[in-house]
Amino acid sequence: MAASTIPTGGHGDPTRRDFLMVATGALGAVGVAATAWPFINNLNPAADTLALSSIEVNIQPIQVGQAITVKWRGKPVFIRHRTPEDIKVAEAVPMSELPDPQTDNARVTDSAKKVRPEWLIMIGICTHLGCVPLGNKPGQDKGPYDGWYCPCHGSAYDTAGRIRKGPAPKNLEIPDYLFTSDTLVRIG
Amino acid sequence: MASSHGTPPVFNNKVIAWIDHRLPVFSYLEKEYNTFPTPRNFNYFWNFGAIATVMLVLMIATGIVLATNYTPHVLMAFDSVERIDRDVPQGWLIRDLHMNGASFFFIAVYIHIFRGMYYGSYKAPRELLWILGVIIFLLMMATAFMGYVLPWGQMSFWGATVITNLFSAIPVVGDAIVTWLWGGFAIDNPTLNRFYALHYLLPFIIVAVVALHVIALHVHGSNNPLGIDPRGPQDTVPFHPYYTMKDGFGVVVFLIVYAGFAFFAPDYMGHPDNYIPANPLVTPEHIVPEWYFLPFYAILRAIPDKLGGVIAMFGAIAVLFVLPWLDTSRVRSATFRPIYKWFMFVLVIDVVVLGFCGANPPAGFWIPLAQVATVYYFFHFLILLPILGKIERPLPLPPSIADAVLKKKAA
Repeated sequence: MAASTIPTGGHGDPTRRDFLMVATGALGAVGVAATAWPFINNLNPAADTLALSSIEVNIQPIQVGQAITVKWRGKPVFIRHRTPEDIKVAEAVPMSELPDPQTDNARVTDSAKKVRPEWLIMIGICTHLGCVPLGNKPGQDKGPYDGWYCPCHGSAYDTAGRIRKGPAPKNLEIPDYLFTSDTLVRIG
Repeated sequence: MASSHGTPPVFNNKVIAWIDHRLPVFSYLEKEYNTFPTPRNFNYFWNFGAIATVMLVLMIATGIVLATNYTPHVLMAFDSVERIDRDVPQGWLIRDLHMNGASFFFIAVYIHIFRGMYYGSYKAPRELLWILGVIIFLLMMATAFMGYVLPWGQMSFWGATVITNLFSAIPVVGDAIVTWLWGGFAIDNPTLNRFYALHYLLPFIIVAVVALHVIALHVHGSNNPLGIDPRGPQDTVPFHPYYTMKDGFGVVVFLIVYAGFAFFAPDYMGHPDNYIPANPLVTPEHIVPEWYFLPFYAILRAIPDKLGGVIAMFGAIAVLFVLPWLDTSRVRSATFRPIYKWFMFVLVIDVVVLGFCGANPPAGFWIPLAQVATVYYFFHFLILLPILGKIERPLPLPPSIADAVLKKKAA
């Protein structure tokens, strides 16, 4: 017993009563924390929200240079059919110029490690404060790096969706995706 | 009248006397709001505490009525608000009062904060009173932000997105916190539901903190435009009827302006994009928060780094908590601080400039302007105030409030 190791008597020495006070207090704190946990965790995503939905997209109709936006898990996903020019520009950028260095190849690889540089699939949410960047629709401002431009706080992304200028810290996020055939891609 | 302060009042009405003997509410009212000795030299800046209290009560009253017709669901929220505007009897009036009430509550509180800064009301022994005020200000901002989300328009949705994403700047746990705040992977129905619950709760917490604010105020009494303590009965007047009347007059004038907006320009301070239902796939061209957040929004955007911007924005409010210790001058009122007085006006201009920067797109000269204004904001609090208290030579203080007031009258 821990209690037996505590010397009794002597002014100022811890007593059996001190031990009981500390032990009770500690147990009480654990109890409060254990009771608080369900209230805090209750605010986390529910099972139905968590149920990972995946979507399948037919990419055949998307012409070279075109892009579409699809909705996945409540978020916009950009699918751009890049031109050879787009790819060449993205591949030529030296890593030292990138705030969040990542090769172009790494951003066009599906979950089976298949690389298809003409297809860029990203979550269309600015990594700064969550706006949807412009540039996915014809006529929209693509920003100084000819990729995407977030009008909220001025972040500019290049043709590989990498952050180049502005307050966003990271490249546009790449979701898990898999080319199930030449014309079909499954996101999620 | 101050001499009567402290002696228990005698009530002639038997019922009141019976109740007061058991629950001394009438003694409390008598002491704190009737005979309460109050400096005799208040100017109209001292109205805004009472005005803010009236606005708080009005917001709760209109809010409860709105809640009886509002539906917190992503598919129905927007339509339920439109229904309040179009179909519910006087729904348009209650909603316009609530919507503009938020703006006018902030107007009152910003003037109240300016008053506190200009006349040094935060100085000893009123530091905790001031800190409680900053807490009320923060609670108001949280409440207003969540209330703006409820109509579920485009600005509601994207404002909520931007503000909740601020927390993703926190290293390591940021993304987990944002998911927790949302209850999902994007702003959606769980988010709307919890914001509604909290928007209903927080005003009552504000009421509780206001009560503490008033209790702290009544310990040492109000500051006054001269910033010197009352030295006796000749320096004070009883709160009633002198300041109940003056506050009442100020409240009525303020409410006239407020009613003018609510009736004739209800959407003047709002944003047209919020009459477009929320669309998670399209961000409006230009997201702006409500006007009362613009200076802080400008500070957020002025720093070209995500975490840095968030820290600066929260820091802009956090610095107010330590204001009583940053200001090293012993003289409270700017009336007797010839240099501070001018810097106080420069600070007001600086905050207004920040407001304009926040309202405009983050491009061109607005970026460097916002950066200069942000630097100046922090310079004022962190560098200027500590140094100024040491080098400034204050003007001679009058011997007493009565002396200053009567001399002014004679002159």
